[in-house]
Formats: sequence, structure tokens, C-alpha cells
Amino acid sequence: MRKQKVRYSEIIPRTQQWPIVQLSKNRKAFIEEVSQESFDNLKRITRGRSLREELEMTVYREKLRIKANPWRVDPKDEKPFWRSIQERLADSATLPPQEAKEIEEKLLYEIVSRYSEEIAGNFKRNSYRFAKAFITFGFARLLNAARVKGILSLFSRQLDLDDKIHIVGEPEHIRKLAKKGTVVMVPTHFSNLDSILIGWVIQFLGLPAFIYGAGLNLFNLKIFAYFMNSLGAYKVDRRKKNPVYLETLKTYSSKALRRGCHSLFFPGGTRSRSGKIEKALKLGLLSTTIEGQRILYQEETPEKPATKVFIVPVVINYHFTLEAPALINEHLRRTGQERYYKEADEFTTSYKIATFLFKFFTKGSNISVSIGKGMDILGNYVDDEGNSIDAAGKPLDPKDYFISNGEITVDHQREQEYVRILAKRIVEEYHKYNRIFASHLVAYTAFKMMERKNPKLDLYNVLRLPDEDTVIDYKEFKKAWKKLRKRVLKLHKKGKVGVADHMLEKADAAIELGLNNVGMYHARRPLIKKGDQIIIQDMNTLYYYHNRMEGYGLEKHI
Amino acid sequence: MGSKNTSETPVGVIGAGSFGTAVSNILAEKNKRVLLYARSAEKVATINASRECAGHKIHDHIEVTNDLEYVGQSCNVIFPVVPSANFRSMMKELAPYLRPYHILIHGTKGFDLNIDRKKIDEQNPLSREHVRTMSEVIKEESSVVRVGCLAGPNLAREISDKKPAATVVASHFDEVIRVGQNLLRNDRFLIYGSNDLIGIELCGILKNIIAVGAGTIAGLELGENAKALFISRGLVEMVHIGKALGGNAQAFLSLAGVGDLMATSYSNLSRNFTVGNRLAKGETIDEIIASMEEVAEGVKTIEIINELAQTYGVRCPITETLHRVIKKEMTVNEAHRYLMKFPFRAEIDIV
Repeated sequence: MRKQKVRYSEIIPRTQQWPIVQLSKNRKAFIEEVSQESFDNLKRITRGRSLREELEMTVYREKLRIKANPWRVDPKDEKPFWRSIQERLADSATLPPQEAKEIEEKLLYEIVSRYSEEIAGNFKRNSYRFAKAFITFGFARLLNAARVKGILSLFSRQLDLDDKIHIVGEPEHIRKLAKKGTVVMVPTHFSNLDSILIGWVIQFLGLPAFIYGAGLNLFNLKIFAYFMNSLGAYKVDRRKKNPVYLETLKTYSSKALRRGCHSLFFPGGTRSRSGKIEKALKLGLLSTTIEGQRILYQEETPEKPATKVFIVPVVINYHFTLEAPALINEHLRRTGQERYYKEADEFTTSYKIATFLFKFFTKGSNISVSIGKGMDILGNYVDDEGNSIDAAGKPLDPKDYFISNGEITVDHQREQEYVRILAKRIVEEYHKYNRIFASHLVAYTAFKMMERKNPKLDLYNVLRLPDEDTVIDYKEFKKAWKKLRKRVLKLHKKGKVGVADHMLEKADAAIELGLNNVGMYHARRPLIKKGDQIIIQDMNTLYYYHNRMEGYGLEKHI
Repeated sequence: MGSKNTSETPVGVIGAGSFGTAVSNILAEKNKRVLLYARSAEKVATINASRECAGHKIHDHIEVTNDLEYVGQSCNVIFPVVPSANFRSMMKELAPYLRPYHILIHGTKGFDLNIDRKKIDEQNPLSREHVRTMSEVIKEESSVVRVGCLAGPNLAREISDKKPAATVVASHFDEVIRVGQNLLRNDRFLIYGSNDLIGIELCGILKNIIAVGAGTIAGLELGENAKALFISRGLVEMVHIGKALGGNAQAFLSLAGVGDLMATSYSNLSRNFTVGNRLAKGETIDEIIASMEEVAEGVKTIEIINELAQTYGVRCPITETLHRVIKKEMTVNEAHRYLMKFPFRAEIDIV
């Protein structure tokens, strides 16, 4: 029997009117505005350094980066560009102060313009349409071919991508908010697949395209670059940590937001290395939501009230993360003293990705995407109309957060604190919307049992336990698993975590499902059942999947 | 803002106890209008008739009121100074009139317990999530985020007598510290700022335990050496507990830590010191509490910290011993003999 499927209509059917389309139409003018605003900001904020020192530092760092860490996407003229900046900076050193200052500012403007040009996305309506159709259609065909057997099923409409990807949480709510104001989606980040996945979710929900910051490294790959560009991505280069670059990046995000472009960024910065839900969020880009909202309030007039910015946390749940082995090894290498070999990240070639996608669609491993409730810039929930509601259920006006003595004031330190509050709220919401799968729970149970059995060993020693010690009796395992499930369901009842439907099945069935799914495509599956024993085959990846359930205080119950 | 707050916007103070009155008086020196909230209409009437409150004369700029809505709506900055046991219920009443533009700087040095005592057992021991500082209560109960606290050696009597003193305004927001400084600072009253809100709050709360103990030493007339010994060990204990509860050691060396500890441990003007003193003279805790006009926060704090220390496995002999004295399991004399035998380890590196 086939369930009636939900189909979402586009909330703004005419793409012509999408803010992102408007933005890309006036791309040149927009880049200029971004450059100008970043330039003004940079002149204002000195950070205890003179402009000359700031420029010298920037040139130095950039030259170092070009030498130490070149990427395929880097433009060819980088070297001459920075050499020319350096030369002119050096030449101007002996000029009278006023003339030198003019040159310094000119150089700053050149750098900022270059950065803005590099950051700016290249959204094209037509390729967006194509990418959208390609993802939906192509993936669905692949899915049918794999699942319904036989070549003819390529044309079957029996399965769609939404059979594979479950959207839970508040999809209707985000659609309403997108009509009322500007949505900033902040998903958790576990896999490089997230970007494409979220892109699909956005169009599936009928939302206009979002702009989003994607790591420049992803643009190394042609296939990714194409999708990224067409989905509205702008580029974030993690190698460039100089203040000039960061300011330009923030300004770009803030200005686009103020223009009403819905945006998306992964506030964790990079993929979670440990498999834990992000705890320490990157505050830089997040701060643009608060600054943007304040500027919107400052510019509002009685005729044209300020648009509101809504923060929507999203949690993506997989049974399986393709890159898990590489990620966890990197994490352990960073935190531990032990040396780990660097493995190649699975997302380095198009071929690997294609193989992965094929595996992903042909084998039964589902993904769920939980859409959180919308919040204002301080993390208060908003209702469907976009009104902020405080903890006591009373409406409040977020403008008041910027008011001091009856007027909106600009206080950067205050806004910094607000970002921290917002970040904390997002992390809380992540934990709430995290959906626990049977596979997470089997990993958690097995790993915690190992720790419990070896109370004297620290993490690194537990990870290096010899094979004969990493076997668990199934009966014992089941008992512990059931006990933990009870706690998880209790937390679920209190609204503190989500639970996948299959978790409610009979213990044996749910455990089997978990075991079959945990890290299912890895060369070595972390956990298998053999007779009446559970065997741990790969401690590191087991640790990775177990980490997903840290932070709920479950360790007390094993 | 200049050195004088010339705007007509009044400043609010909630709680007409001795410290609340002292704070109002300081505020009244620089601000043309101060609204002082007292809980009952009768109290307002008495204060207005005598222009005196908790034994302090009140300044002409102070308007006493019984209307929380009026305070919330007329003031941008409010100083809540009510005992910790009533703080949450006061916040619940005040919250409907608070907006995110409000700034709240509290002066209450105690904990709030947000759980029914009966629900605490071995399965569910008292932990940090059940025990809140006042800034946390404010944030939980209202939409106010710009929160700060006042802490330091501020014996209310001396402040009202216009003797020189200083205080710390702690907040995560520089703006709150600035506002606190502008409203309170005068020739006799210095204001320091700190960003370690929780640390400074913990200082003010934990020092009350030591003050009770110091009172017992004074009561037994054990001399200044013993008292100095006690206070310095007490400071170490404060740091250990403070760290376990999420504070950091630096705060304890500040004016709000050592400074406040000294003032309260040496003065008959301190309620907590008085409690200890009278315990040593043979009165029971119930008699003492019944006869005191205002709450000595230290007693409640001793109970809470005693339990928390068990949960977190922090050894705190002073708190444990005082707890046994309060529970009448030990006399004050026995307590001191016990502490003298206690094998304290060598001076510990606390910072």
C-alpha cells in the first residue's frame, strides 16, 4: 500500500521575485557595495594596529598560504597580485604620512574588492532549475532502479527521494516563516553530502533558493562546484584567517541577509570530526544575523517595518557517515598523543563520490532531516506569524534587545554576548531535534560497555583494546541496550530528543536493524553479530558513532 | 552618559531591606528619582511616614512604592535586592513588566533551589542544575538578558553612614558594568567591573559560610590567630567549591572574594557573622533565626553546599562541620576541636 505523499508547492512560484535572483542580477553592484561596506568597517575597527601593519600582516599571511597550501581552485594571478600589493606598500613607506595613507587605503580597497569578488556566489536561475531537476529526477531514477529491480523500473515512479529522506519536525512552519521574513538555516554538519542534501530539502519544501557559505575546497571538484554554484553557494576559504578577509566575508553574509536572501550556514564550521553534535559553534558568521537584524531595525521606517530574521536549526541524521574513518582518525590525532596515519578523505575524487551515491541509493539506509522550530536572533521561539515568544509564552519584540535608554544603540561587545546566547540555544535545539537511530544506540551501548569493563583504561587505551577483549555477550548487550532505550524514550517523552520510529520495534528486531546499519559501507563494519556474540571490529568508528549520543547523561545508566 | 545621570528616567530598587535601602540611598545621590519597592502597602506607608527604612534614613529622591508594574514600566535599570528564598517568586511577579531592554543588577548573595526537597534522593542527588544563582533565575524567569550583580564588602550600615567603600559590578555585558558605574559611583563609593558574573556571584554566596564560622570563633573567643587560620582555610575551601560549581579561582582573590570575606568575617554588622557568634554563645539556630529581622543567607547556603559537595565529591570540612553544628549533631566547641585535628593538606595551589 502506498502512503499519500506530502507535496509542497513553491511559496514564491515566480523565481523572478526571489531575492537571490535579484541579487545575482545586480551581482556587480552588490559586490561593490560589499567592498565599500567592508572597507568602511575595516577603517573603523583598528584592533590596536595601524592600517599599514594590518596590510603587511595580510600580505605576509597570504604569501605564506600560497606557498604552503595551494589549491586547484586558486586563481592563477594570485602571486602577481600579492607581489604588486607588497611592492606598492613598500614604496609608499617613505612618502609623507598623508600620501602614504591614501595609498594604504587604496590597497585595502583593492584587497577587499578581490575578496568580495571571490566570495560572491554565482547563482544562475537556469542552472538552478537544471540542478534541481537533475537531483530530484536523477536520484529518484537511481533509487527505483536499485530498489524495484529491473531496468524498466528506471521509469517507475514508485519511489522518490523522499522515501529515502524523511523530513520531520516543522516543515510547514519554516515555509510560513520564509514568507514572513528572512530565514537563516543552521544545520549540523557531519558529511560533505550535507550540502547537496540540504539543497534538495530546500527545494523540496518549496522554498526559494538559499545562499550559503560552502568551503572553497569543495569547489576543487568540478561536479560539486557546479551544484554549489547553482544552488546559490558563496565561497568560504578556511585558509584565509586574516581580519580583512573575515570582515569581507561577514559583510557579504550580513548584506545579503539584509537584502532578504534566505541563507544557510553550517555553524559548526567544518564537519564534526568526533561524530559528536557540534557544541562549539563558530560565532563569526552567526554574528552577522544579529548585526543584520540590528541594522534592519535601525533602517526601519513607520511605512516599512524591519524584516525579521529567523534562525532555523536543522539536524541531519545518518546511520552512516561516509567519511567517518577519516574524520575520527583526524579527531584522535588532534586530541590524542598517539599518532594515526592520515587516510585519504573519501570525498577527494568525483569517482569516489559517484560510487558512494550509488551505494547510498542502492542499499537501504535512510536519512532523516529534522527541521527545528524557528527562533529569533536571541533564540526565542517564534510562532507561525513570526512573533517572538518568550519562555513564559508572552510575546516580545526583539528590537528591545538593541535598545538602551529608549534608543537603538550599537554595542559590539553586547552583540558578541548575544551571539554566544544564540549559539547556546542552537546547540540546545540540536540535541532536541537529534533523532536517535537504532544504529546510534547499538554503537553507544557497545562502546560504553567496553569502557565500563575497563574502568582503569583511558580513552586511547580503550580504543586499542586487543581483539579478544572486544567481544560482548549478546544477552548482556541486549539487556544494556534495552535499559538505555528506556532512558532515551523517557527523554523523548520530555521533548529532549527525537527518536526514529524503528526504535519502537521489538528489541531484537531494532538491535538487528541497528547492527545492520551502523557504519554499513565501511570496509570494516564497526559492529557485527556472530552467533550469540557481538563483535567489535573497528573501535575508532564505533567510537565515532557512539559520540552522536553524548551529552544526554545516558552514561549513568549503563 | 556623563558623571551625573541627569535624565528623568527613574532607577528601580526592589526590596526594602537594609541592603536595598543602602543601594537606594547611593543611587539617590546621583539620580533624581529612585523607586524603592516594598512588598506590603503597610510597609510603604510606614516608610513614607518616617522616611526611614530598615533603620536607615532615606534620601529625598527616593519614592517608595508597592507597585511592581509601575517600577517595571518607568525604569530601564532595576536593582533587585531581596532574599534568595523570595527571589524567584518576586521575579515571577515582575517578569510581565520586563522587556529585553531592561538591565537588572541584583545584590542577593544566596542560591535558589528550583526543585522540591522531597524529590532529592540518592538516585537524584542535588546538583548544579537544581541550584541557581540569582542571575540565572532572572534569565530563566524573564526576557531580560542584560544582567549583572553587585558584590563586595558592602556592610549596609556603613554605606548608609556614608563611610567609604567599593563594590564590584559583574556582568557579561560591558554595557551593564558601565551603567552600574554611572549610576552608583561617587566620591566615597568606588565601582570595579568584572566579566566573570558567575564567579563573582559565587564569591558573595560562599563567603557567607565562612562568615558564620568566623562568628563562632569570635563567640568562643579563640583569638585572632585562630580566626586568621580559619578564614584563610575558608578561602581555600571557597575556591574548591567555586571551581566545582563553574567559577574560576581568580574571582575569589578580588574585592568580591577576599574583600567581602574579610569584611563579613570581622564584623558584628554582618548577619552571618552574628549567627555564628550567637551559636557559639549557646543559642540554637532556631532561636537565632526567629529573632533576626532579616535573613542570614549563610545558613541556607551551608545546607545546599553540604549536599552539593557530596554530589561532586569535593571535600569541604568547614562546611560539613558547620552543617553538623546547625543540625545539632555537634556543639561549636566540638566542631573546633574537630577542625583543629583535621588533616588539611599543605597549602594548595588554588589559582
